[in-house]
Amino acid sequence: SNVACIRSLYSAGVIGRGASSSPSPSKICVIGSGPAGFYTAQHLLKARQDIVVDIYERLPVPFGLVRFGVAPDHPEVKNVINTFTQTANHPRCHFYGNVNVGKDVSVSELQQAYHGVVLSYGAEANRSMGVQGEDLAGVYSAKDFVGWYNGLPSCRELTPDLSCDTAVILGQGNVALDVARVLLAPLSILKKTDITQPAVEALVHSQVRRVLIIGRRGPTQIACTIKELREMVNLPGTRPEMKAADFAEVSEALKDVPRPRKRLTELLLKTALEVPGEKEQERRNKATRTWGFRFYRSPIEVFADAEGKKISGIRLAVNKLEGSGEGAQAVLTGEVEEVSCGLVISSIGYKSLPIDPSVPFDPCKAIVPNTLGRVQQAKGLYCSGWLKTGPTGVIATTMNNSFDTARSVVEDLNSGTLDVSTEKPGSQSICALLEQRRVKPVSFSDWEKINTEETRRGEAVGKPREKLLSVEEMLRVARA
Amino acid sequence: FTAGTQSLRSDNKVTVNFINRDGEKITVKGSPGDSLLDVIVNEDLDFDGFGACEGTLACSTCHLIFDEDVFKKLEPVTDEELDMLDLAYGLTETSRLGCQICLTKSLEGMVARVPESVSDIRQSNDGTA
Ligand SMILES: Cc1cc2nc3c(=O)[nH]c(=O)nc-3n(C[C@H](O)[C@H](O)[C@H](O)COP(=O)(O)OP(=O)(O)OC[C@H]3O[C@@H](n4cnc5c(N)ncnc54)[C@H](O)[C@@H]3O)c2cc1C
Ligand code: FES
Repeated sequence: SNVACIRSLYSAGVIGRGASSSPSPSKICVIGSGPAGFYTAQHLLKARQDIVVDIYERLPVPFGLVRFGVAPDHPEVKNVINTFTQTANHPRCHFYGNVNVGKDVSVSELQQAYHGVVLSYGAEANRSMGVQGEDLAGVYSAKDFVGWYNGLPSCRELTPDLSCDTAVILGQGNVALDVARVLLAPLSILKKTDITQPAVEALVHSQVRRVLIIGRRGPTQIACTIKELREMVNLPGTRPEMKAADFAEVSEALKDVPRPRKRLTELLLKTALEVPGEKEQERRNKATRTWGFRFYRSPIEVFADAEGKKISGIRLAVNKLEGSGEGAQAVLTGEVEEVSCGLVISSIGYKSLPIDPSVPFDPCKAIVPNTLGRVQQAKGLYCSGWLKTGPTGVIATTMNNSFDTARSVVEDLNSGTLDVSTEKPGSQSICALLEQRRVKPVSFSDWEKINTEETRRGEAVGKPREKLLSVEEMLRVARA
Repeated sequence: FTAGTQSLRSDNKVTVNFINRDGEKITVKGSPGDSLLDVIVNEDLDFDGFGACEGTLACSTCHLIFDEDVFKKLEPVTDEELDMLDLAYGLTETSRLGCQICLTKSLEGMVARVPESVSDIRQSNDGTA
């Protein structure tokens, strides 16, 4: 009945091929199939011919935030999926989707079954603002909002209210700009992406014309990268609206900063202050939507209209900076300001959660404490990706830190620190456990059925893919 | 005729020397017009994680470092390339993105170095951070 399991036992040579003369493989499992999971697996498979890697993933579909985070209008970023697919199809790699580690199977059970366990389950919670009114209707976390337009099953019901003129985004990182773009981009662009159909329909009726992107500190501390800023600057149908006063001391601060920060700040200054040329002026005059950064502001309270149901605005504390550069601190001036808005999206960061009480977890940093990917005080346990570093950086950052973790595993195998002298059952025993618990894993070829169906549905409407939106439907297609 | 075209084609090829992360030199040939990423893919060179976005200016994993004289000969850099390049590890004054560099005859014998990985950089930066 557990087809995914039986199939992979065959291909791994565990059953049906008779006794093999080669030494028994080093069995490693990876938890989570985002970039961290796949890059860790890729490096392990390449580094040693005797390693077998099994990837366990909670959802029936792989690729983590590449599927559910990366903005729909960034299809190039998703090209990494091709490499991940090659890894998944490697003869010594197997994918087990629809397995929730910590619930369906515990980390210690995995440690029993494998020589090494790599935790790479990402950062799936969001940091909360801790301000009054953040539970009101009309306040969303960027994580949920992104999950909604990208088809994350748990965010399906979000159906955000877009009937207001002004949206406020708290936070100025790349995720904030992704959200701003989705709110403001012409539908003619979004419609051709893999954004979900319900999101397209909601955006058709959206009244949002103005997006304010708010940060605690100043322009030289802004957290987004220049590519994303340039996309905002060039976004068709929109024009920037900034406050010149926010940039008063910026050019002075530009002198000794490294090139990336310098170029980013220069583009920001140019956008905010420079008198545009004729062509750009014409473009801006035609724009029907606006966006702008607001600096030196911290949220204090989101407040509602007279009936107390819908939000009508946000109260912000005015800050000043102490110190300069990356380490500058925002301190309150005592001044307060109100901004009218009907939508607040907080984009102040993602956060990892512990999934199993047996695994060390640092609640302050919200990561698994580790040294070069080796979980402290837990032999045979490793971590990679956002769970290891905290939720910062792009896929390339995650790739490098995952290779580092894989190197640590290989070093420990080579040195004998990771003992592989006793044979381990690997997926065989885990599949038996899952079967007892009535959990049916989804194999990579099952996923490919989902993939085919999504691509087919997308083709019919001129999109690269129309995502299946519920776990039930994914499972139905996987098992058809 | 066929043989003639082939030899002509191979005459036209440009020799490129890559230095991988372990410091080894790998010498291959590519056709004019091919990007350095194309050359790496066509020659099946195994640089871990190289070219993640497949040449679409969305990743910076194709970061390469050149000698000053070669760097000066390269086509001018666009804002979009610089935007991605700014995210690369171990950025140097003579860094470029390999997917944006196209081979020309004048680059014959060029050397392109794959930068060291992040863990090495982190160690060498520890003192200054
Ligand atoms: C909104 C957003 C947009 C982004 N856009 C870009 C971009 O344009 N370019 C770029 O380079 N980077 C982008 N990033 C960053 C990039 O997504 C991350 O660097 C990367 O995804 C982190 O990889 P990860 O594997 O650590 O985590 P994830 O990608 O989150 O993968 C974790 C995986 O683990 C699974 N999992 C969770 N819990 C369990 C469990 N209990 N059992 C089994 N499996 C589990 C999850 O379902 C998921 O598949 C973006 C990030 C976000 C949030
Ligand atoms: S391959 Fe991604 S930027 Fe060159």
